[in-house]
Amino acid sequence: MTNEAVLSEIQSKFGDKIIAHSEEYGMLILEILSDANVEIMQYIKENASCKMTFLTTLCGIHYPEKSGKELCVMYQLHNMEINYRLRLKAYIPISNPKIKSVSGLFASANWQERQEFDFYGIEFEGHPDLRRILNMDEMDYFPMRKEYKLEDGTREDKEDKFFGR
Amino acid sequence: MNQLDKIKTENIDGYKGEGFMVTKFSEAIGLARANSIWPLPFATSCCGIEFMSTMGPNYDLARFGSERLSFSPRQADLLMVMGTISKKMGPILKKVYEQMAEPRWVIAVGACASSGGIFDTYSVLQGIDRVIPVDVYVPGCPPRPEQIIEGVMQIQELIKNESIRRRDMPEYQKLLEAYEIE
Repeated sequence: MTNEAVLSEIQSKFGDKIIAHSEEYGMLILEILSDANVEIMQYIKENASCKMTFLTTLCGIHYPEKSGKELCVMYQLHNMEINYRLRLKAYIPISNPKIKSVSGLFASANWQERQEFDFYGIEFEGHPDLRRILNMDEMDYFPMRKEYKLEDGTREDKEDKFFGR
Repeated sequence: MNQLDKIKTENIDGYKGEGFMVTKFSEAIGLARANSIWPLPFATSCCGIEFMSTMGPNYDLARFGSERLSFSPRQADLLMVMGTISKKMGPILKKVYEQMAEPRWVIAVGACASSGGIFDTYSVLQGIDRVIPVDVYVPGCPPRPEQIIEGVMQIQELIKNESIRRRDMPEYQKLLEAYEIE
């Protein structure tokens, strides 16, 4: 299975739902329409010519400079039979951070979507139990978003020989 | 006086004579408590590894009467917090402390438990004294077993020298009130 074959297969099926494609370190990357994430991934999982039945990982990314496409959900799929990998990226605006959950397709996405909700505030619609998973429940912000100032490098209030840095 | 008596009466006020000693009840109880501390190890990271060494035969905390670890807070006298405590862990630590019966002492082992250490970040409690009162802080990242033993010995000194019913002291009640512990 080559990148070209997979790309033409998916493009012929989904057409303009594949917004862009590129290749990094030999891995095919598809930018997909965020509304179409479930149908595209279902096809890639179940279609006999793709059969990427394993969700390696799923993660959120914050691009503060991309207006209207600030948040991104990245999926990595794996065909275990022939060891072929594919990466999908779906962008969503930070003002309405909603995307369909793929936990119905891949059970492992359940945990990972909760984590991305916890850290980026991405709301996965259709997730069975979207709660914070790693941070405390009372937290009222999303710590991995790039909207917090970096620490002042000259800060001295924690300089302590035994207890601080 | 035999060797054993010598050790036992070393730091105690009282009248000694041939084969007997008269002292205050509080001193005797303090001595007994200090040498039979049941620690509850609350180990979350590398300081816990140092504690394992402290309990092992090389350093042997049993020399101080603390060989019996209590994994239930209800029977424990000394809460030893060793390692990074995240904010999410904070309420659990507080619950463990609340479940301990008086008299109870707390020792914060290592930089993380004492001040958050290098983890100056959104998810880490900046010292366990934000949620529970602490009696002795042991610095180090991680501290050597000798330092942990020194901390336990400091706790022993506290136990020997403070009122046997410290929970009745107004200062202590005020302290617990400040932490909203009943």
